[in-house]
Amino acid sequence: MTDQIFEYAPAPESRAIVDIAPSYGLFIDGEFREAAEGKVFKTVSPATEEVLSEVAQAGTDDVEAAVRAARAAFTGWSALPGTERAKYIFRIARILQERARELAVLETLDNGKPIRETRDADLPLVAAHFFYYAGWADKLGHAGMGPNPKPLGVAGQVIPWNFPLLMLAWKIAPALATGNTVVLKPAETTPLSALFFADVCRQAGLPKGVVNILTGDGATGAELVAHPGIDKVAFTGSTAVGKAIARTVAGTRKKLTLELGGKGANIVFDDAPIDQAVEGIVNGIYFNQGQVCCAGSRLLVQESVEEELLDSLKRRLATLRVGDPMDKNTDVGAINSAEQLARITALADSGEAEGAERWSAPCELPDSGYWFAPTLFTGVSQAHRIAREEIFGPVLSVLTFRTPDEAVAKANNTPYGLSAGIWTEKGSRILAMANKLRAGVVWANTFNKFDPTSPFGGYQESGFGREGGRHGLEAYLDV
Amino acid sequence: MSEKSANTEKKPAKSEAAAGRTKSAKAPAARPARTPVRIDVLKTYKLFVGGKFPRSESGRVYEVTDSQGNWLANAPQSSRKDARDAVVAARKAFSGWSGATAYNRGQILYRIAEMLEGRREQFTSEIAAAEGLSAAAASAQFDAAVDRWVWYAGWSDKVTQVAGGANPVAGPFFNLSTPEPTGVVAVLAPQESSFLGLASVLAPVIVTGNTAVLVPSEKAPLPALSLSEVLATSDLPGGVVNVLSGRTREVGATLAAHQDVNAMDLTGAASDAELAKELEVAAADNLKRVRRPDAAADGDWSGDPGISRLLAFLETKTVWHPIGV
Repeated sequence: MTDQIFEYAPAPESRAIVDIAPSYGLFIDGEFREAAEGKVFKTVSPATEEVLSEVAQAGTDDVEAAVRAARAAFTGWSALPGTERAKYIFRIARILQERARELAVLETLDNGKPIRETRDADLPLVAAHFFYYAGWADKLGHAGMGPNPKPLGVAGQVIPWNFPLLMLAWKIAPALATGNTVVLKPAETTPLSALFFADVCRQAGLPKGVVNILTGDGATGAELVAHPGIDKVAFTGSTAVGKAIARTVAGTRKKLTLELGGKGANIVFDDAPIDQAVEGIVNGIYFNQGQVCCAGSRLLVQESVEEELLDSLKRRLATLRVGDPMDKNTDVGAINSAEQLARITALADSGEAEGAERWSAPCELPDSGYWFAPTLFTGVSQAHRIAREEIFGPVLSVLTFRTPDEAVAKANNTPYGLSAGIWTEKGSRILAMANKLRAGVVWANTFNKFDPTSPFGGYQESGFGREGGRHGLEAYLDV
Repeated sequence: MSEKSANTEKKPAKSEAAAGRTKSAKAPAARPARTPVRIDVLKTYKLFVGGKFPRSESGRVYEVTDSQGNWLANAPQSSRKDARDAVVAARKAFSGWSGATAYNRGQILYRIAEMLEGRREQFTSEIAAAEGLSAAAASAQFDAAVDRWVWYAGWSDKVTQVAGGANPVAGPFFNLSTPEPTGVVAVLAPQESSFLGLASVLAPVIVTGNTAVLVPSEKAPLPALSLSEVLATSDLPGGVVNVLSGRTREVGATLAAHQDVNAMDLTGAASDAELAKELEVAAADNLKRVRRPDAAADGDWSGDPGISRLLAFLETKTVWHPIGV
């Protein structure tokens, strides 16, 4: 690293707090069982490529069994008074708080993201999400969706690998609060925290069959969403898969919510406080290694401050600590899988091939594991792939603008519409920009903030439906 | 009001209530001998696209008859090109209409109700002919439609507070969620209720700031085509509503596959589950918001509609800003 001022001593978090079994089964009807066909797959730590455990690969019969268990549990669960359902969910929230350190370590091992993020962002938000929706369970008649809104039935939920436990919370908490039962499939590369969550459900005394966890790959997910016995599909993941799911559920009774990709614009005006904006840009695209659907992956900077901003940004990026996710000083961890790393690499290469100028932070990357140095591209045009396609990695595309109208036009020039950022000191400009940006979440003078009370979700091809807040109930109620 | 002359005559049969324009499909109906015979000036029904009244670019028309099979008019049979033109017009109108104040949109919708009221006889006759209703029953449908329209007009500046609000996040942030129109909405109007059903699906789409491409009832498009004339004279900006008569399947398929349509209301495909599914599959290509036909809700247009049709075509935008000094 150039201009190295500080040497950091290693500050590793202990992994002794988490006890990972050599193998895990599927969690169906309150107990773990092997897959009917006996298939298994390995889950590895992306930072070291060490095999963490072997988990069951659910097939057709397992999907059938899980849906049947959820259906059987639905009668009792939905008939339970809201006050009682609430207490189960409150218990889950409390147990998650108690086991937060263990789950944070587990998540970091399985996902590759820094312990600082799982400890300070993922786990607190997970517990908060359950706590929030627990309180709704006995107040549904006051949610503005009719005096006595009914649950849908069995929810089939498929979640991604970038925030495994948080996405589980976003799916399961509102589903349970509204009286639905759940079959959830975690991502293929990050199955462990969902399996630990099954144990949390056990500790909470949750009636069997209310939550079922099926580990597996895309084929398992496709079987689940296509199963005629489910009433609701909730998916977070890529836009391509989201479209396939929308086709699958067409013509059925299944209610669908999708939270998909994005190509968020982070817009910096010339009056923005540069240092704060730089922190926001870094948080926007390098948080979670850029593997965030609402990442601010396009930086739109007003031409007059481009040079100054980029100088500051590069200086800041050079200080990011990339490496061991278990180290408490690490800012940027490992890419989740070899496959994802290949995708990021290919898109970054296309940026160079199409004529954009590449700059990567000067950092040493570990020898084993999947790594990508924080990278930015300048001289990016709107036609470049790196300006149009979701990279889902720590790669920022820098574009410039002169007028607010131009910024709006460029920001909205995408089929996505999940997030946007605005950096300016002028209040009226913030509100005017926020009105014109076609995005579900607009962060002004901040970025990548989340809260269980705050609805989250996209416009256009970023999906539909909202998660979080009162709005998040609608996805699980017959309204 | 080109057709009201006949209303001064006696109305011998209920199908004749179609404002004297009812003709046999084979030959013009015999009139009572009277001198001098006045020949009615018939109306050429046209599409409504971008505030103008074009014919179908394809030059096609199809016969529209009353419930007895008597010829009423030749309605334009919209083509794929007409559908694309309508989407372009709707997209062009979106920024102005969605950017208008809620008060302004509410007044314009209310103005439409005022204009409708003045054409009561025309619409009542068209509804009677289209749906085979008595004059009294058609009049009741018209009344309910106008009342429904006024009801929705009032929602323009209320839905934001009902569907949005402040979020108490756990941190020093201002956090506000607001509903916003989703964009261009393709609306397949109900096949059976040619006017009350039509008003009930169109008003909730546009009152919140969306723009619409409307495909009216295939067999009974005339009330919708006449509604265009009201829309054109009510300060509604051109392109906010575009009306494409024709074959529901043909026009619907083009709109469902169109990449610049944001949402689709499939109410008009209620009786054809296969078509509804096909359109929903096509709509998935750019993840249109799809409102499926809802047998329970869509059968009876006289009940309280609730606000689900408003919410179906709204997005929720959430804005964060730090709080500090």
